[in-house]
Amino acid sequence: MKTASGLPPHAIVVGCSAGGLAALHQLLGALSGPLPVPMVVVCHSGSEDMRMFCELLESRSGLPVSEAEERQQPEPRHIYVAPSGYHLLIERNGRFALSVDPRVAFSRPSIDVLFESAAEVWGEHLIAVLLTGANSDGAEGSARVRRCGGTLIVQDPETAQVPVMPSAALELAGADHCLPLPEISFLLEALCS
Amino acid sequence: MAAKVGPINPPPSRDEVDDIEVDAFVHAMSRRHGYDFSGYAPSSLKRRVLQLVQSLDVAHVGELTARVLRDDEMVPQVIARLSVPVSEMFRNPAVFRKLRDEVFPVLASYPQINIWQAGCAHGQEVYSLAILLKEAGLYDRCQIFATDFSDEALAKAQEGIFPIRDARLYSENYLAAGGRHTLSDYYHARYDFMKLDARLRDRVTFANHNLVCDGVFCEAQLILCRNVLIYFSDALQDRVLGLFRSSLSRGGFLCLGNRESIRFAPSARDFAPLDAELRLYRNAGGLL
Repeated sequence: MKTASGLPPHAIVVGCSAGGLAALHQLLGALSGPLPVPMVVVCHSGSEDMRMFCELLESRSGLPVSEAEERQQPEPRHIYVAPSGYHLLIERNGRFALSVDPRVAFSRPSIDVLFESAAEVWGEHLIAVLLTGANSDGAEGSARVRRCGGTLIVQDPETAQVPVMPSAALELAGADHCLPLPEISFLLEALCS
Repeated sequence: MAAKVGPINPPPSRDEVDDIEVDAFVHAMSRRHGYDFSGYAPSSLKRRVLQLVQSLDVAHVGELTARVLRDDEMVPQVIARLSVPVSEMFRNPAVFRKLRDEVFPVLASYPQINIWQAGCAHGQEVYSLAILLKEAGLYDRCQIFATDFSDEALAKAQEGIFPIRDARLYSENYLAAGGRHTLSDYYHARYDFMKLDARLRDRVTFANHNLVCDGVFCEAQLILCRNVLIYFSDALQDRVLGLFRSSLSRGGFLCLGNRESIRFAPSARDFAPLDAELRLYRNAGGLL
């Protein structure tokens, strides 16, 4: 199994909104262990503090999960979640950056902002995964990921708790793969091995 | 495995062109107008420049550069758009409660209290601070310096007029921050706006100061600079933290944004956390 570019992945970015926590539980729960690349997640949760979210995700998946910290270098085998109220960007040096710029697609953090900045840095070495959600954040970012040569995986809207977000991305960007959750986990392991 | 493969345009390498154009824009702003953005974090700066292009309805960054090179009147607007971060009154109320409960009692021991709000933008936090200082009975002893490098932002801050739709959030924040009255005691609502009581500005000096290039101008007991340094590179962040260290009195307080990280900055070594979670520090230079 190969990425769109045929090159090995350096990072995975994930976006989700309504139904996101349950989808992430399922996605991570189906992995046999930590992936050899960093995984960076934006999930609109409406929660003021994402650290509880991280703890839940960590305890259920058994994988290391923490809030992304400003200026931090993301590490392989680790899952990072964007803090509430800030956009999370990948800086050109590969480290995390935060911003409090206005909402994008009614969201802060915005999936578009993460995906677009990650696409510019990791290009053909990026895998982006867009899951369930009730708005169209992530569609523009998904298109950018593909334009930069990355691999885009979209959850099959028919299997998503809320299909609006994956449908919007498919319409704008198409996808390299459109799959139900368990198969996305399997694919991520295959692409990273 | 079921895979739907949709069409996507071949890479037009627009990103690379944008990058080159943003670099040229930064160079032009510096050489022609003396505003140096080269120490800004590139990813956010690029987003802001591209947004500027959209809002000014120019074709691309190259055209923007051509215009700012020749049209001086555009500059204040450009600076305003590149600088203003979103804020709200009493943003992160826990921080203001902590200031009130633990920092103000220390400030009270000074006969004259100097406070520097660096990067005040439209002034929401300056007014928040003024209200809490009034309620603590300290305001009349204070001199608050509210600085920004955007003259447009300073003019707005000086007006103290905010959309009324934000009043409810601000009121909730105010109470969560430990406010003793109701926020409406401090503003008049008119049409769609709230205008803050002019007396809250009695002890505030609004002044232009650019953290990128300007120096120490006062000795302060408290500096607030929230969510400004997140837009700066490591080197510029370090420079500004050094500036804060030199501006703070011994044991003076520094308050940063809730998710800022100063662990990569050598100049931060003298800042001892008072509450690391709330990003509240004391200048321990000479104390440790």
